[in-house]
Amino acid sequence: MIDPVRIPSALLPRLFRVVENCPELSDVSTLAILPVDGTLDAGRPGQFNMLYAFGVGEIAISISGNPSDNSALLHTIRNVGAVSGALCALREGATLGLRGPFGTPWPLTDQTGRDLLFIAGGLGLAPLRSAILQALAMRSAFRSISLLVGARSPSQILYPAQLADWAGGGALRLSLTVDRAIPGWTGMVGVVTTRLERALEGCDPANVSALVCGPEVMMRHCCLALEDMGVPSSAQWISMERNMKCATGSCGHCQFGPDFVCRDGPVFRWDRIAERLRIREI
Amino acid sequence: MKTQSIAELLSEHSILGRFDTDSIEMLAGCARNLHFGAGEMIQREGEPAALVHVLRTGDVAIEISAAHIAPTVVETVHGGDILGWGWLIPPYRTMFDARAMTEVSCVALDAACLRGKCDADPMLGYQLFKYWLPHLAARFRAQRLQVADLYGRDDD
Repeated sequence: MIDPVRIPSALLPRLFRVVENCPELSDVSTLAILPVDGTLDAGRPGQFNMLYAFGVGEIAISISGNPSDNSALLHTIRNVGAVSGALCALREGATLGLRGPFGTPWPLTDQTGRDLLFIAGGLGLAPLRSAILQALAMRSAFRSISLLVGARSPSQILYPAQLADWAGGGALRLSLTVDRAIPGWTGMVGVVTTRLERALEGCDPANVSALVCGPEVMMRHCCLALEDMGVPSSAQWISMERNMKCATGSCGHCQFGPDFVCRDGPVFRWDRIAERLRIREI
Repeated sequence: MKTQSIAELLSEHSILGRFDTDSIEMLAGCARNLHFGAGEMIQREGEPAALVHVLRTGDVAIEISAAHIAPTVVETVHGGDILGWGWLIPPYRTMFDARAMTEVSCVALDAACLRGKCDADPMLGYQLFKYWLPHLAARFRAQRLQVADLYGRDDD
């Protein structure tokens, strides 16, 4: 008799139910989900889950909620294709499959005593939000916390109410800038790199740890600019995005030179991959 | 409270502070202190670019306006920046409106005086390019990224 095929648990989706679908932007929603059976693994900030819209497909989505909050697991999703569109369309009570959490987390616990600088571009704030919440929960462990957010336009700023709370409460120093203003916008205008000097004010660059997430071009320019300002390349981390499929480093779709982004990333230390990012074929 | 001389203010600036002491003194001979309240116009597009504003503190919005649209900010510059370059390019006119977003303190250099000193002392002119050009290049680089539309789609 032939033994039944054993499917590794990492490849087997668990059933989850949507408890809330919160619209964030015109094409971005945050799904709050809970397992139908069993316990919730909230993961660690920076990790991702594979979300499966039944009958449509599966995509990698970063965890974007509070890692110490077990009331629901949050994923912020932009509707850019068939699967993300199907996930964004799920309403309360709908079910979906989930595998995970996978990947490397932001190295927050190693940054005691340092000046933390979070840099988020566009939807890059979603994977960073978990780390920011964790950092705020252990606020006294860090000398300072700064958050620099860049968005395309004022209407594309993610989590505006939470940003206002964080800045208003004085828990962190927030700098917000948009690439394109609209009439009436009274905030800063320009790409995030133009705000780096301000974000580092009062900090010894050698004591800064930068956690950067956004479009790859933005991250590259940010990290290079930070290096120019004296922030060690070994104290900068970015979250990479590639074509994640299996999430276990087995299928090879997300290969990035000697690494697989799903297994060895998505969070990489900048000095480990800076040279590779200059190679267009990778 | 000790009052700082213009030369001292210039020597504290992130760009002009790199000049040697003699050059700072020469620049100071063309300079005066200016202060703008929040909302006040610093320059208007098309006016003679008579002053070079060396921003010490505060934020400045560079704006475009037209008859049918409200002023729109295209870039913001800040303490440590130098506002504008129309003063260096004939016919020496300002290219955009600039409005103080906050209280702004700056040292204003008389553009004609500065050009005259650079003509008379090429070493001063060379220092100006050497230290100012990287700043200009960084702003151009940032503006290229700004138009690259990095963050994806929008429905504005």
